[in-house]
Amino acid sequence: MLLNDSDLQAIWLTARLAGIVTLILLLVGTPIAWWLARTKTWWKGPVGAVVALPLVLPPSVLGFYLLLAMGPNGPVGQLTTAMGIGLFPFTFWGLVIASVFYSLPFMVQPLQTAFEAIGDRPLEVAATLRASPLDTFFTVAVPLALPGFLTAGILTFAHTVGEFGVVLMIGGNIPGVTRVVSVQIYDHVEAMEYMATHRLSAVMLVFSFLVLLALYAWRPKPRKGA
Amino acid sequence: MAGIQARFKLDWPGFSLDVDLDLPARGVTALFGHSGSGKTTLLRCIAGLERAPLGRLTVNGETWQDDEPKGKRGGHWLPTHKRPLGYVFQEASLFPHLTVLGNLRYGLQRTSGAARVSLEQAIELLGIGLLLDRKPDQLSGGERQRAAIARALALSPSLLLMDEPLAALDLKRKQEILPYLERLHAELDMPVLYVSHSPDEVARLADHIVVLDGGRAVAAGPLKDTLARLDLPIHLGEDAGVVLDAVVAEHDLQWHLARVTFPGGSLWVRDSGHALGQAVRVRILARDVSIALQRITHTSIQNCLSAVIDEIADDHHPALALVRLKVGHLPVLARLTRRSAVGLGLSPGLPVWVQIKAVALVG
Repeated sequence: MLLNDSDLQAIWLTARLAGIVTLILLLVGTPIAWWLARTKTWWKGPVGAVVALPLVLPPSVLGFYLLLAMGPNGPVGQLTTAMGIGLFPFTFWGLVIASVFYSLPFMVQPLQTAFEAIGDRPLEVAATLRASPLDTFFTVAVPLALPGFLTAGILTFAHTVGEFGVVLMIGGNIPGVTRVVSVQIYDHVEAMEYMATHRLSAVMLVFSFLVLLALYAWRPKPRKGA
Repeated sequence: MAGIQARFKLDWPGFSLDVDLDLPARGVTALFGHSGSGKTTLLRCIAGLERAPLGRLTVNGETWQDDEPKGKRGGHWLPTHKRPLGYVFQEASLFPHLTVLGNLRYGLQRTSGAARVSLEQAIELLGIGLLLDRKPDQLSGGERQRAAIARALALSPSLLLMDEPLAALDLKRKQEILPYLERLHAELDMPVLYVSHSPDEVARLADHIVVLDGGRAVAAGPLKDTLARLDLPIHLGEDAGVVLDAVVAEHDLQWHLARVTFPGGSLWVRDSGHALGQAVRVRILARDVSIALQRITHTSIQNCLSAVIDEIADDHHPALALVRLKVGHLPVLARLTRRSAVGLGLSPGLPVWVQIKAVALVG
């Protein structure tokens, strides 16, 4: 066996984290992207900038603020303690919440682009065919933006797999709970286990390549305007 | 109350619309004007795709919009998807992710109530029976537009709105679709608002016309009366002319001609295969009509009718005059140079002969 048990545990944890984050972001990011694509208010700029922040912010900065907010003295932390949920930092779900923020732009931006590319016309057509706005969203906008959903989902999943700084700040390094692949690799290097580092890094390299290959090769052909 | 009462006022940068119209609830009403005249905006206001700040719209007694100008907020507004209308956009707008049949069914599944037009009837009327399983990107431009028209018809709308449905097509495709639109007109009793900047389409299809210019309605009324107005041809330019209803009375098989009669005379036209007794629409452009004081016999022109001068007016160029004549009771327009008009001593009441160089059967 190439990988030891703790490597496999880290891979499974990473996959679970990325899967859950992608699902949550599909639900949270889609309405945000739709709103950003359709709104004409001045709010669009500030909201768009906040969504894009994780693209430029060092992950440690994002992690630091989230840690403050979710910690025992932070507003979120006090709320969760009062509700009897306990504190999120250094738990799997704390990692999930942090990753949702961290990967938000990777879901919202491709979706927003896809929604904007649809234009007004198909939505107007649907209205003249008696479809309510919600009906139009699910029967016209979503099918037409399907390639965008695929791109956004793959990017979000892959980006969550690759995160490191936020994980260290929020999750620490607890085997089976918060020790994801990127942290596991860091551990291997710290312990000077270079062979183990090689194996796990190779897995990540192949995974990343395959994701990008899927993204570029299987992208549905753009439909001719009809 | 039958009919469509539409009052809209809106101001956009560089464009304003200000109309107060009472349109018939039957037949085809053409909204005619140059680009930028506001005809598409008017149609979109009626469809509810735009909301004019001041707008009142009643269709067959049902209020679709009732918004007062500033002050009172929240008037009455029926969103587009609740209005019983059909809309055909300028460019074919089929959903690319659905087949032709899927597109037709999309609206049908969302309509309730008695269908005056069945899906089969819409498919048959537009001749798209063989295209139902295709995706829109496998269709030609003309086929796509026919499918889009069928999709709107299948809703059995109480009002069909068409925004230059032929404008994006080349001449050949236009000729392919026009007969279907004429059938629609003849076979369905559905009021249609038809936006167009093509006098030819209007002459073929419309019963009523609203002429728009700069966001204002400059003329409105039955097509034949309105086209014969002398103040209007300014807007029609080279296309000024009248439309007459006639009946095919005789075929000349040797020369491939047909004689069509109307109250007040008859005309020879090219035989386009219409049956004897069939009602046809004839268009006579003012520029094809000349006036003589005596009957001229040795001429290549086949159609020569007795007429009386009704009115003479200035045309769009100072060299030209526009003359309205009565052939029987029907008005015909002639475009002459003012020099000829003065030289011949034309004046209202004078009996003359008109020579008509070209007559077009327009359906």
